[in-house]
Amino acid sequence: MTPDGSAAKVVEEDPGLPLAVRGMTVAYGEKPVVFSVDARFPAQSMTAIIGPNGAGKSTLLKATLGVVPSLSGSVSVYGQPIAKARHRIAYVPQRASVDWDFPARVVDVVAMGLYRELGLLGMVSRKQRATLMHCLERVNMADFAGRQIGQLSGGQQQRVFLARALAQNADLYLLDEPFAGVDAATERAIIDVLKGLKAERRTIVSVHHDLSTVTDYFDRVLLLNIRKIAEGPTATTFTAANLQATYGGRLAATQINDLGLAHAGA
Amino acid sequence: MGADFVQLSLTPILIGVLAAVACAIPGNFLILRRQALIGDAISHVVLPGIVLAFLVTGSLGTWPVLAGAAGAAVVAALMIEAIKRLGRIEPGAAMGVTFTSLFALGVLILEQSDTSTVHLDVEHALYGNLESLIWLDATGWESLIDPTALTLMPPELIRMAAVTLLVGALAAVFWRPLKISTFDEGFATAVGIPTRGLGFALVIVSALAAVAAFDAVGSIIVIAMFVCPPAAARMMTDSLERQVGWSIVFAALSAFLGYVIAGYGLTWFGIRAAVSGAGMIATVSGVILALACLFGPHRSRIGAPSAS
Ligand SMILES: Nc1ncnc2c1ncn2[C@@H]1O[C@H](COP(=O)(O)OP(=O)(O)OP(=O)(O)O)[C@@H](O)[C@H]1O
Ligand SMILES: [Mg+2]
Repeated sequence: MTPDGSAAKVVEEDPGLPLAVRGMTVAYGEKPVVFSVDARFPAQSMTAIIGPNGAGKSTLLKATLGVVPSLSGSVSVYGQPIAKARHRIAYVPQRASVDWDFPARVVDVVAMGLYRELGLLGMVSRKQRATLMHCLERVNMADFAGRQIGQLSGGQQQRVFLARALAQNADLYLLDEPFAGVDAATERAIIDVLKGLKAERRTIVSVHHDLSTVTDYFDRVLLLNIRKIAEGPTATTFTAANLQATYGGRLAATQINDLGLAHAGA
Repeated sequence: MGADFVQLSLTPILIGVLAAVACAIPGNFLILRRQALIGDAISHVVLPGIVLAFLVTGSLGTWPVLAGAAGAAVVAALMIEAIKRLGRIEPGAAMGVTFTSLFALGVLILEQSDTSTVHLDVEHALYGNLESLIWLDATGWESLIDPTALTLMPPELIRMAAVTLLVGALAAVFWRPLKISTFDEGFATAVGIPTRGLGFALVIVSALAAVAAFDAVGSIIVIAMFVCPPAAARMMTDSLERQVGWSIVFAALSAFLGYVIAGYGLTWFGIRAAVSGAGMIATVSGVILALACLFGPHRSRIGAPSAS
């Protein structure tokens, strides 16, 4: 890796590869919180980014999108620099990252997903309004279209964010803890939507905390703790040994045993 | 109300209304971004700009003062950004550092230089001289269609109208990216909105509104109008579009009522005292905010801890 990641830019030009991150290093202060991470996210895959609190999962997503500046690293999206491919990406930030007292209704937030279509002054057409409602229906929130966003429960807020991402009609979905603080029914609804997206040949990358559902929901994992620990298909990469390496002593052996993973490992 | 009113009250009221509206529009976004203090910062920061402009040009004419003030406001906005980024300090503290140090710098320059001949009046700076912005050449309502009388209107009116129009037009054109990036900066960046540039532009436009208003009506109105009408408007509605609409209504109402009460109202209560129009305008905006706090239909949400 060169410090500015320029060598990496030459490598990833595959237009079929939704997302490749190379040599990503991010620091808020002196110490890097993401260090030299390389990762590739193949088409039509569903990848869980897994790691302990403060491992840099959110930061990796944000740096990938340019939301926080990176010290080094390059990103290619469908073989292009991200600036040229933003219309193909949908991003669902951590729900707690915004102020839900903002004066807006549910449908206003979902309409933000149409920004690239509408531009500065475009008006929402009848067809687009129907699309917005359809996105809300997909997350079972159609009845809440006119509701003020401050009056939603956490799980409802999460679904509004997902509906906004659906309205973006992207090919690559980056989600930051879409299941945080939602009940089992909502989790089911969200995972169904994500699996539906995958069936539509879209690619999903999601920060995920619940180790017990990883094998169920995701076909790939990226284990992260500042550095990349491992990356690959869930079956071969989501192993007890890799989890130990990722969580260190913070995860008791019994917890890992409960996952019923093969101990062969990487 | 006849010739008297047109001559003595019409232009101050119009200028007050325009100044209030010009500050209230960006104030909506500043409040939602928790940057409401910026109006305060800017009004402190213009002092060194004005002093420097005087030292350089030797005049206290409108244009040098405006240029100096605007320059200082831009420097302040840049400083706030730089401190935030380099020092990794939270925005409120960055603003505090910036405006106190620049204000102190202004005082220092003032002391060290031979400006004793100039009358940099504190009272003027605070309350402005709204009452002096009269239209002496008006003879009555018909003057509004008299070209010669119109050209002799106070230049502050034209300037304030131009700035208010510009602020309104910019808010309208950049409404969508402003709204999105104010609500969710991460998402806004991800869809390609230049959030940093937009945030900076918002501060610059606020500075422009503040400086123009400051020149015409003093800093009390500026500080009050950045905060009170938008905060009151937030309690009237849960839609950003309507909130900005309400804030414009409240700003205009404050300016109108404030000026009229200061000019005429007290005599209705038998009080014979001259009250500053600008001070009364700020007071009325505070009263409107208090009423909105007590009776606004959507007051329950404001100040509520943000949902987590
Ligand atoms: N804006 C910020 N300023 C300074 N430090 C930050 C900032 N955001 C995150 N950090 C730090 O960077 C590190 C990584 O944070 P990040 O949010 O990426 O972790 P995470 O893996 O998403 O954790 P979690 O599981 O708790 O969401 C943490 O140590 C955090 O304290
Ligand atoms: Mg996180």
